[in-house]
Amino acid sequence: MDELDVKKSLCPIPVIRTQNRIKEMAVGEELEVIATDPGALEDIPAWCRINGHEVLQTSQENGEIRIRIRAGEESVAL
Amino acid sequence: MTAQAVQPQQAEQGAEQPVQRRAIALVSGGLDSMLAVKVMQEQGIHVEGVNFFTGFCVEGHTQAIRKKDQDKHKRNDALWVAEVLGIKLHIVDISEEYKDVVLNPKYGYGANLNPCLDCKIFMVNQANLMVNKAREFAGEKGFDFVITGEVVGQRPKSQRSETMPIVSSESGADDRLLRPLCARNLPETLPEREGWVNRDELHAFSGRNRKPQMELARKYGLEDYAQPSGGCCFLTDESYSRKLQDLWQARDSRDYEMDDIMLLKVGRHIRPRPHFKLIVSREEGENNFLEGYKYRFTSLVTTSCPGPLALIDGDLADEEEEQFAASLVARYSKGRMDDQVTVELQRAGGVSKVLNVAPMGPRDIPDEWHVG
Repeated sequence: MDELDVKKSLCPIPVIRTQNRIKEMAVGEELEVIATDPGALEDIPAWCRINGHEVLQTSQENGEIRIRIRAGEESVAL
Repeated sequence: MTAQAVQPQQAEQGAEQPVQRRAIALVSGGLDSMLAVKVMQEQGIHVEGVNFFTGFCVEGHTQAIRKKDQDKHKRNDALWVAEVLGIKLHIVDISEEYKDVVLNPKYGYGANLNPCLDCKIFMVNQANLMVNKAREFAGEKGFDFVITGEVVGQRPKSQRSETMPIVSSESGADDRLLRPLCARNLPETLPEREGWVNRDELHAFSGRNRKPQMELARKYGLEDYAQPSGGCCFLTDESYSRKLQDLWQARDSRDYEMDDIMLLKVGRHIRPRPHFKLIVSREEGENNFLEGYKYRFTSLVTTSCPGPLALIDGDLADEEEEQFAASLVARYSKGRMDDQVTVELQRAGGVSKVLNVAPMGPRDIPDEWHVG
């Protein structure tokens, strides 16, 4: 599974980088995002819900947040 | 939502399916853009949102940094709005291109370093480019027009009756830019002329009075919306703008990097000499944030007592200035009443030394050293 390290970035940068990576992925592919800004724990799942991607698991340990995502339908032409 | 409800019925009748028109909305996370989207959805328009990250956005950063704010409910307002409205949202990092807007605004600044009119033109232009690109690649699945939550007369710099046509023409969107909240005060646009939207059901809001928006929100059952309207950008903040001016003056260059504009959001900024300033943390959250910049800046921290972390932006010329900066930092430590405080000075890259200094007294730091 692919990993995306956005540690130390503050929101919305982790969301933007997740979005840009998922845009390049095929439907069904998975990505694990590793972040440190607690805001990512709300914002990335919200972004996934809005845009039709599935959050498989979230965890938080020693200040490190991990979010596993499965890419959903192809993003819009934007 | 509306489209899904309409399509099966049309299939039954065997009628030719009308094209559902599609709009891109500038979504800030505030109430006006939220209402603008809702007004379009009510007319059966498919809307998707775009939100721009300039680097000067207030929300998120400061909440993430300051410890006292960390218990507050954190959310990205634009994402929240998109979820409530059921629209897709694309967030675009424009921070690099945005420098030109901040540094060279054709229409100048507002009360502070806010280039609101150029900013609006820039954002509508970006959205319009997306519309054009999507039309080219996706045909009917592309987009037809751009909407914003602008209201005539609402913002002193960018939302006046004279500036509305400037935004339309300079952005290149022309009559593909529709402002659903005040459209009836403005000339007809393409979506109205073509009958994609019904002008009679658009609004004629104007001025700074927020009551019509609040009433419309109530009608739609929208509650708990964000209240910033302009307050979401640091460039409208007087203290922040002074710090940015000071940075340009000290470096003798009107430019900035992302780290610069992030650091201006954090700590006390004290410039005792033209060639250096201190960024002194005010609490634990800021301390942790500034820690992340020790690789780039000389830093000072008291070791004989609890105290703040301070970064030096600029250069300490000699040992005298090192002592001077250390005694200034000691003033903000728990040992400010002590005869002597121990301060560790660390150069970017790691070499450190220990300084023993007498903390400055309350009158040793004149007000004019405080930037912002």
